[in-house]
Amino acid sequence: MKTHRKLVSLYLHAAVILGLFLAQFFLPDYLYLAVTRVMILSVFAIAYNILFGYTGLLSLGHAMFFSVGLYTAGLTVYHLEWSAAEAFVSSIGVGLIFSILLGAVALRTSGVAFMIVTLMFSQVFYLGTLYFTTYTRGDEGLVLSEGARQFTFLFASFDLSDPSVRYVVAWLLLSLSIIFCYVIARSRLGRALVAIRENETRTQMLGYNTFMLKLVAVIISGTLSSISGAAYVLLFAYAGSSFATIQYSIDALLYTLLGGAGTVLGPVLGAFLMFFMIDITSEYTSAYLLIAGIILVFLVMYFPRGILGEVRHRWLQWLP
Amino acid sequence: MDFGPFLLLASLEGLVQAAVLSLTALGLCLTFGVMRVVNVSHGEFYMLGAVIAWWAASILGPKYALSGYLIALFLAPCIVGLLALASERFVLRSLNYEPEATIVATIGILYIIQQTVLMSFGPDAKPVNPPFYFRIDFPWFGYSGYKLFVIGAAIVVLSGTWYVLARTRVGLIMRATQLDRDMAQAFGIPIKRVYAYVFAAGAMYAALAAVLIVPIRQAHYLMGADPLLMSFIVVIIGGLGSVRGAIVAAVLIGMSDGIISMFFSPTLAKMVSTLLVALVLVFRPQGLFGVKTS
Amino acid sequence: MTDVTNKLPNSGRRSAIKKVGALAVGAAASPFIPALSGYAFGSDAPIKIGMQAHRTGIGASYGRWYERVATATTKLINEEGGINGRPVELIVEDDGTDPKRGAEVIEKFATLHKVDVAYGTLFSHVVIGSSPRAGELKLPYFVVSEGHHVASGKLNRYVFQPGITDVKSQVISMAPWVSQNLGKKVTMIYPDFAFGHDHRDYFSAAMKQQGGEVLELIAIPPTESSFTRYLPRIPRQTEVLYHVMVGPGVLTFVKEMGQFFGSSRPEIFGFIDSLEAVDFATPQLEFLDGTHFWEAHPRYAQQNQSEFDRFYRERVGVDENGASIDDPGDISTYSHMFGCWETLFILKQAMEASGYKSSTPADKQALIEAVESMEKFEHGRNHPQGSKVFNGKIHQSFGHQHISRVENSRLNVVHTTSIEDGMYEPEGDYTQMPL
Repeated sequence: MKTHRKLVSLYLHAAVILGLFLAQFFLPDYLYLAVTRVMILSVFAIAYNILFGYTGLLSLGHAMFFSVGLYTAGLTVYHLEWSAAEAFVSSIGVGLIFSILLGAVALRTSGVAFMIVTLMFSQVFYLGTLYFTTYTRGDEGLVLSEGARQFTFLFASFDLSDPSVRYVVAWLLLSLSIIFCYVIARSRLGRALVAIRENETRTQMLGYNTFMLKLVAVIISGTLSSISGAAYVLLFAYAGSSFATIQYSIDALLYTLLGGAGTVLGPVLGAFLMFFMIDITSEYTSAYLLIAGIILVFLVMYFPRGILGEVRHRWLQWLP
Repeated sequence: MDFGPFLLLASLEGLVQAAVLSLTALGLCLTFGVMRVVNVSHGEFYMLGAVIAWWAASILGPKYALSGYLIALFLAPCIVGLLALASERFVLRSLNYEPEATIVATIGILYIIQQTVLMSFGPDAKPVNPPFYFRIDFPWFGYSGYKLFVIGAAIVVLSGTWYVLARTRVGLIMRATQLDRDMAQAFGIPIKRVYAYVFAAGAMYAALAAVLIVPIRQAHYLMGADPLLMSFIVVIIGGLGSVRGAIVAAVLIGMSDGIISMFFSPTLAKMVSTLLVALVLVFRPQGLFGVKTS
Repeated sequence: MTDVTNKLPNSGRRSAIKKVGALAVGAAASPFIPALSGYAFGSDAPIKIGMQAHRTGIGASYGRWYERVATATTKLINEEGGINGRPVELIVEDDGTDPKRGAEVIEKFATLHKVDVAYGTLFSHVVIGSSPRAGELKLPYFVVSEGHHVASGKLNRYVFQPGITDVKSQVISMAPWVSQNLGKKVTMIYPDFAFGHDHRDYFSAAMKQQGGEVLELIAIPPTESSFTRYLPRIPRQTEVLYHVMVGPGVLTFVKEMGQFFGSSRPEIFGFIDSLEAVDFATPQLEFLDGTHFWEAHPRYAQQNQSEFDRFYRERVGVDENGASIDDPGDISTYSHMFGCWETLFILKQAMEASGYKSSTPADKQALIEAVESMEKFEHGRNHPQGSKVFNGKIHQSFGHQHISRVENSRLNVVHTTSIEDGMYEPEGDYTQMPL
C-alpha cells in the first residue's frame, strides 16, 4: 500500500513536469511567453518554500537572494563580457557564499526576529544596488544585449532571446527544482527539517544539530533563489534594483502560502494562480493589489495550509 | 556653514524626527510588547491619519486651518482606532495572535488600506496647511516654528502615556498582560478586551503622529513605508516591547540619523545604520537598553 | 531577419498549415496569426496602440495625466479620420510603475492584444526593463520618458523617443543662460539615483564648458522624506542653487528650502520636476518669487500663447494655469505630458508615410524606417510644445526649452533656448542594427 502511494505521488509529479513540457506545443502565443516567465518565478517560490514551508523559517529577505543571482549574472555579462554560461555558474557560487554568510548570522535569531533581520539585510542590499549606481545603474537598471545571451553547449549554440530556447531552459530549471525538492522532502534531511518546523526543542533533544540543519536549509533555499534570479536576467535581459525591494520577498511568500507551504508543487501552483489572477484582474481594475490583500487575509484566516496543503490534509495524506 | 550652527540645525531636525518617530514606534512597541504581534500595517495607519487630516483641512478650507487641524487631531486617531479595532476583532483574534499568521494578515491589511486610499484619495501628494506658521530667524538659518510645536506636542503625549502606564490601573493591567498572559487571565483580567484596546491604541499613536507631521510633509498613499521601517528599527534597538527603551532609541536614532548623514554619503549612512540594527538584533536581542522582559 | 512570431514555435506550425492551403481553417482555428487578422477584418479594423500606463505605484500621479492626454489625442485623431483611414484604438494596461510588470505588459501587447505599437511609458526603469522584450518581439515602442536611455544607444532599434527631449539635452541647454545670468558658482541638489546622476554629470560638464564651476554635489537618498538637514551643506559662496527632485516628497523639499533660506537666498534654479503637479499658490512657496525654473512646455499660458497651445489645452481639459478644468486645484504634469500628444501625431505621420496596413513584419520595418528618416517637426497643432529636430540614428528628438521666472505665484518665460543649445554628439547608431 505504501509503495503504491509512493508510486502515485511519483507519477503525479512526473505528470506535472511532462505536462509543462507538452504544453509548449499547444499554448497560444501569449500564454507561451507568460508561462516561461512564471516557470522561473516558480523556481524562486520552490526555493522560498524549502525554508518557509519545510523548515518553518519565515524570511522577509528573499528578494536579496534573488537579486544576488540577478546582479551577479547581469553585471558579469554586462561589464566583464562573460558568457551566459559562465555568468550563470558564477551566480550559483556567489549565491552560495551569500547564503552561508547570511544564514550563519541570521540564524542566531528565530521567529519574529529572524523575519526582521532578513528584512533588514535585504534592505541593505537594496540600498547597495542604489549606492553603486555607477556599476548597477541603480533603479534604472541595465539591459543585456542579445549577443551577450548566446552560448554554446556541446558544440551547439543556443540563443536565449529565442522564445523556444527560453521555454525549454525555464522548463528544465523548474523540472530540476521540482525533482530536487521532491528528493529532499522524501529524504532524511527533509524529515529532519519538518521536525524542526514542528518542534525545534524536541528535534534538538533527539540529537540533531538543528543549527546546522537550518543553515543547510538557508543555503539550499538562498542558492536556488539566486539561480532563479540569474536565470531571470539571462532570459529576460534586464536587471534593476526594483527586484531587491521587499515586494519580491512578499511575492514569494504569497505564492507559497496560496499554493500550500510544505508541499512540492504548492509554490508552483501558487505562482501560476497569482500571476494570472493579477494579469487578468489588471485588465478590469487597477485595484489588483486590493485583491491580493484580500486573498492574503482570507487565506491566512480560512485556508492557512494553502490549496495543496488543504488537499493533502483532507484527501491525499501522502502528498510530499 | 560653521560647525556650531550646523550642529544646532541637525539637532533641531533630529528632535523633530525623534518626536514623530517615538510616537509611531510607541504604537508598534505597545502592540508588540503586550500582544507579541508584529503589525506590518502600522505604517498604513500612519498614512490614514495623514489622509484624514488632509480631508478635514480641505473640507473646511484654508480659512479654518486651525479648526480643521484640531478636528483632525481628534478625528484621525478615532477613525483609525475604530478601523484597528475592527481588524483586531475580525482578523487577528481569529488567528489567535499567532506571530507568523498575523504578519501575513497584516501585510494583507496593508495592501487593502493602501489600494483603497489610492482609489479614493488619488495618487498625488497633497499638502495640508499648518494651523499656524511663523519662521524663526537664527543668524545663520531660518526654522519653522511649527516644527518646534511638534516637538512640544510629542513630549506632552509621551508624558501622558508614561503617566498612564506607570501610575494608573490601566497601565498595571497592561504590564500584567505583557508579563504573563495566562496568569493575568487567571486574575480576572479580560485579556481579549485588553488586546483589542491595545491594538487600537497602537494604531491611534501612529495616526496622531501623522496628523502632527502632515503640515510639514504631505499626505501621500505610499508614505507609510518609511515610518514602518524606522519604527521597526527603533523598537528593536529599544528592546522589543520595552516602552522606555523605544523612546530612548527614537531620540537616539532621530538625532544620529540627522547628524550621521551630514558627514557621510546619506545613502551609505542608511546602509550602515540598517546593518547595525540587524546586528544588534542578532547579537543583543534584548536591544541596546532592553532588560529581558520575559 | 525573421518575424518573431515565426520564432514562436506554434506560429511556425501554423504557417506550415497555411502553406498547405488550409488558410480558412487556420484563420477560424486561431485568432493568433497577425498576418491573417488584417485580411479577416478588412481595412476598418482599428490600429491598436498599447499604452503602458502608471496607474499604480510611484508614477501614478504622472500616469493619470499621461492617460488623459493620450485619450484626448486618440479621440482627436479618430474624429479626423484615424490613421490611413482606420480608427485608432488605445489599449491601456497598468504597469504598476514596475519594470518586471512593464516587460510582461509588452509581451501581452505583442501576443495577446496584437497591438501595432506600444507607447506612452514615462519612468526610465520601466522603459529600460521593457525595451529588450519590445526588441525581441519586434514591437515598435514609442516612449515619452525624457530619460537619456534611448539616445544613449544602449536600447534597440525598436525603441523611439520622438515626442520629448531627453534629459541630457535639457540639462546642457540650460548651462549657458544660467552661467551668464545667475552665476558661475553652482551647488547641485539631486536625488541619489540614476535620474539625478544624469543631472549631476551632464550639468557639471556643461557648466565647466561655460567657465563655471560646481562647488558641492548634494545627493539625497531615494527613501528620504525630510530634507532640511542636507541644506547646511550648501557652501556660503554659492551663487546658484540647482535643484531637481522627484517623487511625493518634492513639496516638502521646496518648502524646507524656503524655511532654511528666508530672505537671504542665493539664486535658485530648479527643474520643474521639483514642483510638477504642485500648485505654486501653495502657502510657504512665496519665497520662490524671483527664482527660475526649467520648463519644457510653459504651464501658465503666456502673453504670446500660440493658437496651438490654446487648442491643446482645450482638448486635454486644462485651463490657462495648467490645472484641470474640472478642478483648479488639480495641477497637470504640463512639462511632460505634451509628449504623449506629439508622439501619437508622429506615429500617425509615419504610418501614413510608410503606408502601414497591418502588423506584418514588413509593415513594421517600413514604419521604423519611416520614423528614422524623419528630420524635423514644425511647431503647429500637432506639435504645440514647439518645433523639434529628430535624429533618426539615436531615435531621439531635440526641442526648445524654456526658463521661467516665478512672479506672483506663476511662471513667466524669460528665455527660450535654441535647439542647437541642446545638441550633443550622438552616442550610437540604431540604424546599423538589424531589424
